[in-house]
Amino acid sequence: MSTSTVLYDHPGPRARVRNAVLSVVFGVGLAALLWWVYAKFDQAGQWEGSLWQPFTEAPTWTQFILPGLRQTLLAAATGMVLSLAFGILFAVGRLSDHWWVRVPAGAVVEFFRAVPLLLMIFFIFYGVPFLIQGPVPAFWAVVVGLTLYNGSVLAEAFRAGIRSLPGGQSEAAYAVGMRKSQVMRLILVPQAARAMLPVIVSQLVVLLKDTALGYIVAFPELLQRGVNDLSANRGNVVAAAIVVAAIYIVINSLLTTLANWLDRRTRRRGFRIPKQAAAPDSTPAGGATVAEPQG
Amino acid sequence: MRMKRVAAVAAAATLALGMSACGGDGDGGSGSSGAKGIIGKAQSQKKLVIGVKADQPGLGLQTGSQYEGFDVEIGKIVAKGLGVDAGNIEWKTTVSANREPFIQQGTVDLVVATYTINDERKKKVNFAGPYFIAGQDLLVKADSTLAGPEALDGKTVCSVTGSTPAKRIQTEHPKAKLQQFDSYSKCLPLLESGKVDAVTTDDIILAGYAAQSQYAGKFKVVGKPFSTEPYGIGLKKDDKDGCEKVNEILKAAASDGSYKAAWDATLGKSGKAAPELDTTKLTNCGSV
Amino acid sequence: MHVFADPTNLDAYLSGFLWILKLTGASAVLALVLGVLLAAFRVSPVPVLRGFGAAWVNIFRNTPLTLIIFFCYFGLYTTLGLTLSDDLDLNNYWLGVVGLSVYTAAFVCEAVRSGVNTVPAGQAEAARAIGLTFFQTLRIVILPQAGRAVVAPLGSVLIALCKNATIVGTIGLIEASSVMKDLINSNGDAVIAIFAVFAGTFAALLIPTGYFFGWLANRLAVKR
Repeated sequence: MSTSTVLYDHPGPRARVRNAVLSVVFGVGLAALLWWVYAKFDQAGQWEGSLWQPFTEAPTWTQFILPGLRQTLLAAATGMVLSLAFGILFAVGRLSDHWWVRVPAGAVVEFFRAVPLLLMIFFIFYGVPFLIQGPVPAFWAVVVGLTLYNGSVLAEAFRAGIRSLPGGQSEAAYAVGMRKSQVMRLILVPQAARAMLPVIVSQLVVLLKDTALGYIVAFPELLQRGVNDLSANRGNVVAAAIVVAAIYIVINSLLTTLANWLDRRTRRRGFRIPKQAAAPDSTPAGGATVAEPQG
Repeated sequence: MRMKRVAAVAAAATLALGMSACGGDGDGGSGSSGAKGIIGKAQSQKKLVIGVKADQPGLGLQTGSQYEGFDVEIGKIVAKGLGVDAGNIEWKTTVSANREPFIQQGTVDLVVATYTINDERKKKVNFAGPYFIAGQDLLVKADSTLAGPEALDGKTVCSVTGSTPAKRIQTEHPKAKLQQFDSYSKCLPLLESGKVDAVTTDDIILAGYAAQSQYAGKFKVVGKPFSTEPYGIGLKKDDKDGCEKVNEILKAAASDGSYKAAWDATLGKSGKAAPELDTTKLTNCGSV
Repeated sequence: MHVFADPTNLDAYLSGFLWILKLTGASAVLALVLGVLLAAFRVSPVPVLRGFGAAWVNIFRNTPLTLIIFFCYFGLYTTLGLTLSDDLDLNNYWLGVVGLSVYTAAFVCEAVRSGVNTVPAGQAEAARAIGLTFFQTLRIVILPQAGRAVVAPLGSVLIALCKNATIVGTIGLIEASSVMKDLINSNGDAVIAIFAVFAGTFAALLIPTGYFFGWLANRLAVKR
């Protein structure tokens, strides 16, 4: 974790003074910048009580922010479950011995990782109804879009995870007479999934943020209800955006903390996937520790 | 010939309505056994799904779980005329881009959402109404001297991405600088802070924003509309009977005062007197 | 395909993707510089710098990009009065670049930091033993090695950045996704063809990019 400590010596007296000076200079500069921002916002009247007062009133929370948050969490949770299923299915598909399974699975994963989510959601909502001759609810447009994208990312992560397991695992399984599907299902996937837990949780952060793209189909999630609809009622678009951003940051920070904790825990238990094992997988999802920063 | 048919349908519908109003469970008798579209749905299920805007104060605004505004009131009048209680209406948020698909795919039964009747849209959906004639106009600061669209050269105008008003500015006033957002509510703070010189869309929408309490007295509508936007009620293209029925309901609403009451309860609060609903201009519901 | 036979539509399509490429290019450079700087902050001996780096990553990585771009417009431009160009489109473009850069920098920082962590401690110890300072250690010994380990993750970040550029459409820049939306609204009968063209263009741009970075990562990988 902390190679940072070997990058420099334990500071001596001169280094301590230099660090203190740097700290003070940087700290003062930063404080000045923040103060300037505060003053400018003040000058523009953004701190006016009337803009913030709605947040002291119960209906703002019970009718706008909380229902929005509920939809956001619901979409993220549904999307996550489906992405996991999609991810496992396509990771296994891409590792198949049959080219007619491997190639289409690979094409699907590559395609959905390359198409912006905004385009996907928009297409599912407006284009798919022409194909199925029936409406697609905004919720499902968002969830399916999230699933296709995040599922593809997870598929690559799983694939890297499965491939990084020691060869002895599958050899031993074959030796006791398991079939290929049994080896996958009973031996490889459970181990890979456990090792990939931190990646899964950090992908959940990505997924949660991405629900915000539902605005394009008027899906009533946190951003839509808390910023767009609330400010249509109360005319406080900047204040509302600040409050909603804070909510996102708090929730996602909690999830990130959880991901880090899981990471440490799994490592301690020796489930860690060596980075070098994950990287040679020549596709871009190889960096197992970095979730893809989709919007 | 046509008039006779309209009258006949209206009579049949009124009859059905009368029966359902007092009979309750009656299936409408032989006269409407074949009723499809919204008339049929209103009769058999006693509920309707109506698409309205969620972010346009005065017209269609979602306040928590409720919707309010002139469009919403018109929706209630139509529903009542079809025999559906206000409590049995399911309101659905629509945005400009999904109104036609929502109607075509049956997500909603009716759309009352600042929906301009035009030939392009008539290819996909049927229109009853118009129940209001709006026109594109400019919203400016109360102390602004900007007099109309011809004075927009070099000025910045705010509108919604890809909307008809935005496109009209682009083609007819190409020297104006156009800032686009996904909703008008983002344009207003910019107008307030002077980052844009005007906000443009239909006058009635602008009036709705200007009348909001937090902007009271800060803005004015220029009052020189430069387009004609007849607002219609959208429904399925093949639902000609439903369309004619809605027109009948609008006619009745104009004469019995419920149209004026709808206005006074919503946009009328800004002090603007209720317009006359010109029932001679109602659409022919797709008859040639 | 009749939709793209119309020259106006074809122009819109091309200019939409041109904006995407311009946004990606400028933001990639800025985010890389900013991200490496932040990573240096995060491993530096000065606590305030470390805290600043951590705060940056936590704030920007955990906020939806839509909101960050929104704040660039309504915070930086409208409230703080930061005008980056007199031309309306260019101003929106640069505001978008700022938003994309500060967001992506958080991911670059994390990628570089985990890359730094892959460099064996002995390397830094040896560097210090021969008397190199913190910045020398970082510049001459650690970052060149970390750089090779982060090629693959940085490739992912670049690909995500290109896709994320579509979100700048929310402040009125008519980039590819806005063009697609507009074309679909006016050509309801050709929805599938329009989507296929736009999605296909993204796939044609990004899938090879992904393979390129994979190949590069393999080539540059430090054999240990």
